[in-house]
Amino acid sequence: MEQKTKINAEDGRQDYVITREFDLPVELLFRAHAEAGIVEQWMNTKVLKLESKKFGGYQFETSDPQGNVAFKASGVIHTFIPNQKIVRTFEMDNAPFGVQLEVYEFERLTDDTSRLHMHVIYESVAQRDQVLKLPFAQGLNWAHNKLQDIAGKLK
Amino acid sequence: MNLRRDVFQAIADPTRRAILLLVTSQALTAGAIASNFDTARPTVSKHLAILTECELLEQQQNGREIYYHLNAKKMKEVADFIEPFRKMWDDRFNKLESIMTSKKHELFKKNH
Repeated sequence: MEQKTKINAEDGRQDYVITREFDLPVELLFRAHAEAGIVEQWMNTKVLKLESKKFGGYQFETSDPQGNVAFKASGVIHTFIPNQKIVRTFEMDNAPFGVQLEVYEFERLTDDTSRLHMHVIYESVAQRDQVLKLPFAQGLNWAHNKLQDIAGKLK
Repeated sequence: MNLRRDVFQAIADPTRRAILLLVTSQALTAGAIASNFDTARPTVSKHLAILTECELLEQQQNGREIYYHLNAKKMKEVADFIEPFRKMWDDRFNKLESIMTSKKHELFKKNH
């Protein structure tokens, strides 16, 4: 099966590019990034604030299944051109990843299809690599916790 | 994050990489693995524990002996460590697409 979401992360660079084609008109793809109620649904996070305009800001808060806040992130919007472009910063609270600059470009392909081009730039190569490894490391930790749970029951 | 469980930390050590190479062709006991190194047996045991903890090695009980063999699946994951990150975004975007597709139908209904 062809992969719809592609990531280009070259060795030794402090950025990566994510591209994805959608069976959606570009207007709907853009709305999914601009409206808090929709962002909440697909990003699986609570949106405390989202001011979709130039010099606006945003705040996300994500809780774990037990309801504890697991993740907080925020940033400011530098460019906001409907159906075309969003430039914003993104920074996680209490995390060693620094601030990242995100450039979203929304492209109309046909009336019913569109493409998202996301360029994400970090402060350093090491920080970018850490973020790329994050879901992988989490997966390992979860596997380990599960093992501990099972082992705990065997005692 | 506990570094001992970090798979990249695990493979950064030359002795541990050598252990992984040893078990690529066959499952071996801790004793058989240790006999390939000059280091003390407890040191090798510690390396085996770390590799097992991060699931690069799997243990198999065979009678009274424990054999270690390579977890090929985990090794493959290390090779494409970026895949979980891609998968995370792919899942998010799939969700976005299905949410907006249903909204498209809502809008369509309203207009007609």
